[in-house]
Amino acid sequence: MADDQMNGSQILLKALEEQGVDVIFGYPGGAVLPIYDEIFKQDAIRHILVRHEQGAMHAAEGYARSTGKVGVVLVTSGPGATNTVTGLTDALMDSIPVVCLTGQVPTHLIGNDAFQEADITGITRPCTKHNYLVKDVNALARTVHEAFYVARSGRPGPVLVDLPKDVMTAMGDYTPVSRVTHRTYKPRMKGDINLIRRAVDIMAAAKRPILYCGGGIINSGPAASQLLTEFVRLTGFPCTLTVMGLGAFPASDPLYLGMLGMHGTYEANLAMHGCDVMVAIGARFDDRITGRLADFSPNSTKIHIDIDPSSINKNVPVDVGIVGDVGHVLEDMIKVWKAEQASPDQKALAEWWKSIDRWRARDCLRYENSTKVIKPQYALQRLYELTKDRDDVYITTEVGQHQMWAAQHYRFDKPNHWMTSGGLGTMGYGLPAAMGVQVAHPKALVIDIAGEASVIMNIQEMSTIAQYRLPVKVFILNNEYMGMVRQWQELLYGGRYAESYMDSLPDFVKLAEAFQAVGLRATKPDEVDDVIREMIETDRAVIADIRVDKLENCFPMIPSGAAHNEMLLGPGDEAETPVAEEGMVLV
Amino acid sequence: MTTQTETEKQTTIAVLVDNEPGVLARVIGLFSGRGYNIESLTVAEVDTQEGLSRITIVTSGTPMVIEQIKAQLERLVPVHKVCDLTMDGAYVDRELALVKVKSTGEARVESLRVAEIFRARVVDSTSESFVFEIVGDTGKLDAFINLMEPLGLMDVSRTGVAAIARGARPL
Repeated sequence: MADDQMNGSQILLKALEEQGVDVIFGYPGGAVLPIYDEIFKQDAIRHILVRHEQGAMHAAEGYARSTGKVGVVLVTSGPGATNTVTGLTDALMDSIPVVCLTGQVPTHLIGNDAFQEADITGITRPCTKHNYLVKDVNALARTVHEAFYVARSGRPGPVLVDLPKDVMTAMGDYTPVSRVTHRTYKPRMKGDINLIRRAVDIMAAAKRPILYCGGGIINSGPAASQLLTEFVRLTGFPCTLTVMGLGAFPASDPLYLGMLGMHGTYEANLAMHGCDVMVAIGARFDDRITGRLADFSPNSTKIHIDIDPSSINKNVPVDVGIVGDVGHVLEDMIKVWKAEQASPDQKALAEWWKSIDRWRARDCLRYENSTKVIKPQYALQRLYELTKDRDDVYITTEVGQHQMWAAQHYRFDKPNHWMTSGGLGTMGYGLPAAMGVQVAHPKALVIDIAGEASVIMNIQEMSTIAQYRLPVKVFILNNEYMGMVRQWQELLYGGRYAESYMDSLPDFVKLAEAFQAVGLRATKPDEVDDVIREMIETDRAVIADIRVDKLENCFPMIPSGAAHNEMLLGPGDEAETPVAEEGMVLV
Repeated sequence: MTTQTETEKQTTIAVLVDNEPGVLARVIGLFSGRGYNIESLTVAEVDTQEGLSRITIVTSGTPMVIEQIKAQLERLVPVHKVCDLTMDGAYVDRELALVKVKSTGEARVESLRVAEIFRARVVDSTSESFVFEIVGDTGKLDAFINLMEPLGLMDVSRTGVAAIARGARPL
């Protein structure tokens, strides 16, 4: 045996260190005991002990989204591994780079229905970008390096590496990252310059253009957001962002139309519907964006820039599809735009902005405020006003009404400060994600804007938050309902609120205290500011229980199966045609 | 934007992949998970030194769906190359079938006669049965099997389609 040989667990930790990993979110168990023994013996990598493996996954996602680095999870075999499936699917849908290391029973027991055995590579094949089962200790380092490469390259995503216990104790050789190149996976970064020229020509001739941008900008890195901002200002075109893209372009810029889609702004959706040139950048024409496909932006020439070739022409056929990293493509686009001295018809553009300003004047996010009951929108506006002057605020959310209100009312000027489960819509995402963000940014103000139903799905992570003294703020808009479910039941199911009322909720103030956090409560509008201020000033974890209007609905809303120009603006606004049968089957 | 009304078309796709555990499951899972059709699927290692397998898939869909299938296949990490044989010009496709026929008397003689017309070979015979081996495109095999039906057809085993582009160019 050569002197430089190490056991599998040492090789794993060395590979993680070489990949620049500084923190792992994990939970031990029988199959990963050798790895935990090595973790015990070193200081380079910090281990955060979560309370449930799903929490580890979302924490790693929050860590990854707020830093741009790969998040790392370590769990045991069987139930430890299967508990990561929701988080893996969430990361796949939102293109978040995470490496999930799972323990596995020893290779000679695989397939024997051994204790805590699960075929996790089989189970996670459709919900990971790629996965590996390591059967040879000498392939371990190479596999881990490959896993990180695959997770962060191209369209990022989750990669799972299954580690049988005997491989982790066997002696083997380490392969440094410098000696690992991938045989097949080499995503295209630069866009085809001829297509970029064509796209610029189409844009230069546009009369009613719009830029529709998504999470791809964030994934490309902060430089892409700067390039996007430069390009939007260069062209003077209106820009709208998806829920995944918030922060990619400054919300404070007058060229910004707000979020688009099902709960997007009136001006963004009507501009999408009426435009003559649409440029989709790092966005994927999801059904929450397009509404009824047949009536989606019917008269526009469409340009689509995406790093994933399979995103182009998937839901909506486009006229120019450019495969490449959006940062690179935007850089080239700006160069071509300047070189060709592109000058769109300013008169037409001014007319277009006039229409947009007319739509803006509808003030679609307006709501009837009250002096008696806290409106959820009011609470979020106050939260925004009282935190907007800090540049270290990170917002995560759970899923539902509060998430959409947060997306509408909290305004982001920078990327990587907004973490929400966009594609999968995972209730219980926000609290562990906030935990991951706070681990990455210990001094920052990290707020989980939550609903009382969602937050309970992973409330056990309050215990992790207590253990590591993470000053996470949980801002619960408590309406005692699964609000979005209730809203749909009201609008589409005759107000029959089947199982959407949350009876027997915990006392969130006492719950906070039980987890060594500070519990605060606001029940009247004039208490909101004080609670928010106290929450911010407290240097420990806080649960703020904001008792909001129970029956408030989230508007604007495009009913399912409707087109962009058929949106509902508020409670007084009836759908022109009731939701059709084909709309009812859509979610 | 007439894609919704475009008709479905049969397409043969060749995929070169790393011959590693789970790679076939990845390809099949992609088809079932995204609701694509598989009409035929053939796989075998073609390069032992490089550890490469070649998968031939016959599928059908609108042009937009076929493009999606190719893009989704290309996205799989162990995939080296995806080639649309139907679109890229002329190609040869062949399938092999083993066909068991049990009969006596006139029917037995007739089955031999049909086999001769189709250039099928007898690879096993007993006093009351034949196993024929037939090679050809899918249509020829279908026709042969249909003709054997009234002549005592007992059992069929088919390989699925293997296909390769005509001309000098490799995949």
